Formats: sequence, C-alpha cells, structure tokens
Amino acid sequence: MLELIVISTLNGVLFGMLLFLMASGLTVIFSMLGVLNFAHTSFYMLGAFFGFQISRWFGFWPALFIAPVLAGLIGAAVERYGLRHVHKNGHVAELLFTFGLAFAIEEIVQIIWGKSPVDFRVPPSLDFPAFTIFSTNYPAYKMFMLLVSIGIFVVLLITLKRTRIGMIVQAALSHPHMVGHLGHNVGHIFMMVFGVGTALAAVAGVIAGPALVTQSNMAGLLGPILFVVVVVGGLGSLPGAFIASLLIGLLQTFAVSMNGSLAGMFGPLSPDYASTWLSDIWNVTVAQIAPILPYMLLVLILAFRPMGLLGTRES
Amino acid sequence: MRKAMLAAAIAFPLFGSAALAEDTVKIGYIDPLSGGGASVGEVGFKTYEFLADELNAKGGILGKKVEIVPYDNKTNPQESLIQAQKAIDSGVRFLTQGNGSAVGAALSDFVTKYNERNPGHEVLYFNYAAVDPVLTNEKCSFWHFRWDANSDIKMEALTNYIKTAPAVKKVYLINQDYSFGESVRTTARKMLAAKRPDIEIVGDEKHPLLKITDFAPYIAKIKASGADSVITGNWGQDISLLLKAAADAGLKVNWYTYYASGTGGPTAIKQAGLNHQVYQIAEGIPNLGYAPADAFEKALRAKYDFSNFYPRAANEMRMFAAAAEKAKSLDPVKVAEALEGMEFQVYAGGTGVMRKDDHQFFQPMYIASFGERTEKEPFDEEKTGWGWKLVAKIDTDQTMLPTTCKMERP
Repeated sequence: MLELIVISTLNGVLFGMLLFLMASGLTVIFSMLGVLNFAHTSFYMLGAFFGFQISRWFGFWPALFIAPVLAGLIGAAVERYGLRHVHKNGHVAELLFTFGLAFAIEEIVQIIWGKSPVDFRVPPSLDFPAFTIFSTNYPAYKMFMLLVSIGIFVVLLITLKRTRIGMIVQAALSHPHMVGHLGHNVGHIFMMVFGVGTALAAVAGVIAGPALVTQSNMAGLLGPILFVVVVVGGLGSLPGAFIASLLIGLLQTFAVSMNGSLAGMFGPLSPDYASTWLSDIWNVTVAQIAPILPYMLLVLILAFRPMGLLGTRES
Repeated sequence: MRKAMLAAAIAFPLFGSAALAEDTVKIGYIDPLSGGGASVGEVGFKTYEFLADELNAKGGILGKKVEIVPYDNKTNPQESLIQAQKAIDSGVRFLTQGNGSAVGAALSDFVTKYNERNPGHEVLYFNYAAVDPVLTNEKCSFWHFRWDANSDIKMEALTNYIKTAPAVKKVYLINQDYSFGESVRTTARKMLAAKRPDIEIVGDEKHPLLKITDFAPYIAKIKASGADSVITGNWGQDISLLLKAAADAGLKVNWYTYYASGTGGPTAIKQAGLNHQVYQIAEGIPNLGYAPADAFEKALRAKYDFSNFYPRAANEMRMFAAAAEKAKSLDPVKVAEALEGMEFQVYAGGTGVMRKDDHQFFQPMYIASFGERTEKEPFDEEKTGWGWKLVAKIDTDQTMLPTTCKMERP
C-alpha cells in the first residue's frame, strides 16, 4: 500500500509538473492578451517533433535547447504577424485565429512526419532505473523530467518576482497603458511573453516526447485537460496554475489506483437490478472514471468558484 | 480547337477511370491511419497491399487486378460509416476492417441495412480482427465474415493453458473499456472460475481505449496487487505502452495476451527482460517451421521493417480469391454464398473452415511465448534477437464453440 502511495505520488507530481510547464505559458498569455490560446498544445507537439528530428541529427541534449528556441521563435512570429493584426477585430477573431492555427499545425505535422507515432527514444545516458523502492524501479528519465520541470518553475518564479523584466511583465498584465506611457514597448513585451510561453510548452514536448508517445494527435489529447488546469487555477494566475497542475496530476494518478465503487461501499445490488443500467453505474470503479474526474472538477469550480482557486476576476 | 482539347482533357480521365474500375477489384480498407490506432492500422494496410501484390502476381482475381483503397476511420464508429459510404460511392463492393469491435459492430449493421435498401448493389464486410463474440452471435449478419478467432475462442485456449500452469495463483485483468475489453474480462472470469477455482482475481481494470500514453499508474497498481499473472486483450499502442511501462517499473509477472506481438510489444518485452514470460494466442506466428509461411515471412520482411502480424489477413484475401473463382463471379452475393462452409488450407498450415451458421472462420490456433531463440526459431522480432516459440497448438475442431446466431439470408 505504501509502495503504491509513493509511486503514485511521484507519477502524479511528474504529470502535474508537465501540465504546469504548459499551463504557465497559457495562463500568462491569457492575462496579457485576454484570449485563450487554443494552439498552445500544438506548440507542445511541435516541441516534441522538433526534438525528435533534431535529436536524430545532433543528439538529445542539443535538441533539448534548440527545439524550444525554434518553437519559441515560431510562437513570437505568430504573435507579431498573426495575432497582433487579428487583435483589431476583437477577441472572437483572436480565438478563431488560434483555433485555426491548431488545426493548421496538426495538418503540417502530419504532412511532414506522418500520422503514426515516430520512434523518439529516451537517450541512452538516461535509460536506466534511477532507484528502486519496494522492488519497483523508477526510471531515471522520469526523474530527469521531474527535475527539469521543477528547475524551470523556480527560474520562472524568480524571473517574474525578482527581476526588472518580471516586474515590467507583471505591470503590463494589469496596466498595459501605464507601462506604455513609461516608455516600454508593450507590443514587444507581448511578443516576448508569447514566445517564451510557447517555448515552455515546447520544452514540455521535448521531455515528454520520449516518455509518452510522439504523434500528431498528442496536442488534441492534452488540450482539454490543459484548459481545465488554467480555469481551475484561475485564469491568469501563475501560482493558481501551479496548484491546479499538481492537483489534477495527483487526482488522476490516485484515482487510477483506487478500486472503490458504489457496490464496494454499499454492497452489491439486489439481483432484480443486476441486468439493468443501474448495475453499470453501481459497479463502476473510481479507476474507471479517473479520466473524467478533472472535468468534473472543472464543472464544480465553475459552479462554486468561477474565478478559479487563486483567480482574482470573474471570467 | 482549344475548346475541343479542353473537352478532351476533361473527358479522357473520366473514360480512363471508368475503364480502370472494370479491370480492378477494389477492397476498401477502413481502419485507423491516424491517432492511437495508427501504428497497427498502417502495418495492416501495408500487409494488405502486400497480399494484393501476391494475388496480382498470379493474375489477380478472375483476371482483374486487386487494389486496396485506404480509408482512415480514426478508430471511430461514426467516422467509419462515413468512410464506408465514401468507399461505396467510389465503387468499392468489398470492405475490410479489423481494429475495434465497436467499429466492427457499426460497420456490420451499416452494411446489412445498406444491402437491404440497395438490392443488386450489395456490399460485403470482411472482418479480420474485430473479435467481440456478438458479431457472430446475437448480432450476426449474412454480409459479415470474420477470419480472426473470436475472443471467446482465444480465452478458451488461454484458460486451458493456464489450467496446466499451477504457478498461476493471482491473476490481474486489465482491458480496454469498450465492448471487446468487457467481453474479455467477463469471459476470463467465467472460464477461470470453472477451470481453476483456486485462482484469485486480484484486479479487474478497465481503462480508456487508445487514450493513455503513460501506463505507470496502472503498473504501480498491478505491482501492489501482488499478481503473478496478467491477462489482457489490449491491442495497438495499449499493449505496447502497457508492456513498456511494465519494463520501466521492472514488473516481473507472466502476461497472457491476445496481441503482444503488435508494433512495439516485442521491444518492450525484451527491455523488461521477460524471457518466455509473455504469451500470445493467435492463428499463426513466425517460427512454426511451415515452409510456405516462412517464405511469405521472408518476403514480407525483405520489403518492410515488420513481420507478419496478420496471418488472418492472408487467409481472408486468399479465400476471397478462391471464393470468387469458385463462384466465377465478383458479385458480392455469389462470393458470400461461395464463402459459406468453405474449407481452406490456411496460411500457417492445416485446414480451416468458414462456418455457415455464423460466418466465423475456425482454424488451428497457437499459443506462443516470446524470448530467447533456439535453432528451431529462425525469426526474431523488431531486431531484439528474441522470437516467438510455439508452446501449444489447438486444432481446428478444438476451437469450435457453439453459436446463437440466427442468420437471415437474402
């Protein structure tokens, strides 16, 4: 039992940190532009595919740096030459723009790399069990993923809270006009934040690619859950996104490891109901509904605390 | 002059394709070519193309060239029906599909209704891997033919083997959460209870179909349950990623599977060091020592980087050709009538029969384990050096299970 708890905690924190790498960019972009970037997970996918291709040519370690930079540059270009022009036409146009962009990126990835999974492997230098607890191995690569995510989180936090750049970014979030009047180029800051945000998503892509599956539907698989994270955490709140990421990571992992069902709690149904639809609901286990739990959480949050856990405004 | 040329340019391709349509037999391959099922869908498509080439090299079917037309259904029943309609509209009269029994049930239903409404333009559905038993029982159809052994036949064989393995004491069931996975787990429970009442079922898991990219939480749970064996009907990325996560966590149990030989499976088994601890039940494996199958295997491997995962597809295509020649027609109704009750020398050796009552094909089945090879096993998998070794053979008559099908014939 203890073993299950320890391993599930590790897995849950790891999944949560991956979510946070993406959610951090998404939530900051939302605060600035006031628009949910539907194409955000597409940059995660781009990161994975760039990482795969570059690691073919130069090895995994260069890929870990080059792929996010490339994706970040594309992200910055999207903001500079796409979103900024669409901005004039209002939020709906921006939303549609990012929505279309997500489809475009998916199609382009399919054209270049095909529709089936690519063979993106864990680098040999990290392909060993890091440690063994209660006779279960924990892969070194997963430990590496965890450390990278935590490292980026710390750097991000320090940059935003302790440096001048961070202060300007924070100011631009709430008072863009004032920041502009003080002589800062707000458009430039937006572009930079968009670029960094998408680069963070791409980092998540590069490190998740070998551990999960690198294929053209990976953006679609993660997209919905990412929005759950951002809404639950509170739109625009970085600490909120952090807490929500961990919460959802742990929630999903622990739910999988639970076997409880209504039948387990209250005993089996009387035989009269055994073949009706009621027995399906009665016997469904927590593990089985694990994938929908985050969405149930989303509904509850929207019903009882629409601004999210740490959000400051209704949205 | 220019107008005339333009008219000709438009008209000629039309004539061209019309002429082509009469010279070819088109088989619509409706299976996932994107998404979580793509890795198996793609291998299946290439295998069918290879089989079409084999038939074409012998002059095709009734002198007509065989062509496989791919339709991507994304493992989605609704999408499959759209693709099936698209295929029919472009002149396809024979559909084949395998991945996903939910898709299989939808297609069988669609084809049956279509044929009712369009007499004279019937379409046949050749099922090569959707193994939910209902397709040849409650929901059987005259227009549906299944070449893979259904789930109950496979489970019957696996549990018969487990009956002889006293080391199996605690079993964990993990399956995909849809009709097929449900049928695997209920049958496994029923058959184990009858054959080995001493076995304890320590876990009975259902997970979303083709959506999970990291099975680590599930593996942690299997580990915590203290199971010594796992039974799973998982296919596609759901089996390879499950085995991969088991390898990462160092889980050492015996695996009784339907589809462990799928893409990525052998690599994960080798990585986990599960030497002859992963079993698979199938209608054929490499290393059976049957010369025609070996020759096919060699030719396929020379062309592609995968081995023959679908002996049943070979049986399907070859029997289709034989049935058409027997009926001397490519009319789907006549082909269907010729297929009924047809006996056939199968891909891996021995005789199989397409039972008339339910259109289920019965054939010798093989339980094999994956691990180190001897000189009797020339073929390895995915460059691991390990290969499949025969553990038990089940003859055709031993696989016959009763059916509840009440076939409605045209």
